[in-house]
Amino acid sequence: MNSILYYPGCGVADQARSMETAARGALGALGWEMEEMERWNCCGTVYSLATDDLMRHVGPARILARVQDAGHEHLLTLCSMCYSTLKRSERFLTEERDRLDRVNAFLDDEPDYTGGVRVVHLLELVRDEIGYEAVEEAVQRPLSGLKVSPYYGCTLTRPRAVGVDDPERPRVLEDLLLALGAEPVSSPQGVECCGAYLTASAPEVARRRAGAIARAAARGGADLMVTSCPLCQYNLDTRQGEAPGASAHAVPSLYFTQLLALALGADPAVDEQVIDPRPVLAARGLAVEVKA
Amino acid sequence: MAEQLRLAKAVLSVQFARRVEELSGQSPYRCYQCGKCGAGCPFADSMDLLPNQVLRLVQLGDEKVLEAGAPWSCASCLACEVRCPRGVDIAKVMEAVRLLALRKGRSPVALGKVPGERLPQIAVVGISRKMTP
Repeated sequence: MNSILYYPGCGVADQARSMETAARGALGALGWEMEEMERWNCCGTVYSLATDDLMRHVGPARILARVQDAGHEHLLTLCSMCYSTLKRSERFLTEERDRLDRVNAFLDDEPDYTGGVRVVHLLELVRDEIGYEAVEEAVQRPLSGLKVSPYYGCTLTRPRAVGVDDPERPRVLEDLLLALGAEPVSSPQGVECCGAYLTASAPEVARRRAGAIARAAARGGADLMVTSCPLCQYNLDTRQGEAPGASAHAVPSLYFTQLLALALGADPAVDEQVIDPRPVLAARGLAVEVKA
Repeated sequence: MAEQLRLAKAVLSVQFARRVEELSGQSPYRCYQCGKCGAGCPFADSMDLLPNQVLRLVQLGDEKVLEAGAPWSCASCLACEVRCPRGVDIAKVMEAVRLLALRKGRSPVALGKVPGERLPQIAVVGISRKMTP
């Protein structure tokens, strides 16, 4: 069994637990184990884009210092926002010695971070370490006939230097879906933002975005959408469901980890959702149960 | 001619443009106003100024940009950043404008009024970081 150190983050540890349960089961079927790091804290969720806001890098630096102190080189995330924030902070801090020195001095009670931790998204682990061939071989329940629209959102692929794939024409989700036997339906809205945290300050904006993304997926004939971020999932499920007249053409969404688990014969951990994915799954012969 | 030069001098606050440049690490003068950022911005429909217009005001050193709503409709999704033909990271300019407004005590949201219901923590931490001082 291979093992990788894992950082859950606030979303996955709470309302997006299903993303993690499914990932654990799926990785188990592929011979990998996620080892949760000790004493983790919030990454800050959003990366500071300012040059003088060093304080916003303290959260990521503390996490990276602990990973290094525990003797690890890699840190796995499931959430795209954690991935991007941690990876961008790592680059920002190690780019200029002075930044790192100042943050280390501030983090007096922690061992110094000296650089070099590689933040890895689960989609990268599957693509680059495990490989799609191994995934294909491990499939027990092919997702045949299931039409899935990949929704990448922002932080998984942008900015280019940090993203896991090309920001304008990514294919990592399409390739994964093909390995699982599903039919990917690429959407013109697949890389356009869902509204992200504006869902808190301007919910109507997130409703509009979720509606536009779902309509584009439906026009392509998708049964459901697949996400890699708990905030995308919230907007595509809850905010889409709240939009006026949504129910008639609502398109459910699931985490990529849930489809992976479903195909590999592990628990897809499908929760109660605003837009229930079970009918479309059942229609393709993939009935799942919701845990009580 | 001299008259025109004097007028221009009165409008421009080079200092303000420099401040944005310093905070964002982006030269606003690289922008040639092609409008590609706004054309692909998923939030342009809720903005009072398009992203290139925000940049234009910064180029002109016009501090009125601090009262614009557009930077608060930006979700830092970076669609503009990957598409800008001049390599301007517009999201960083938006962040600089937000920070300058926040540091003057202007905040568009009151966290206490954000409905808690079942909002994901990511969203709450996100707006507290982007929209409160």
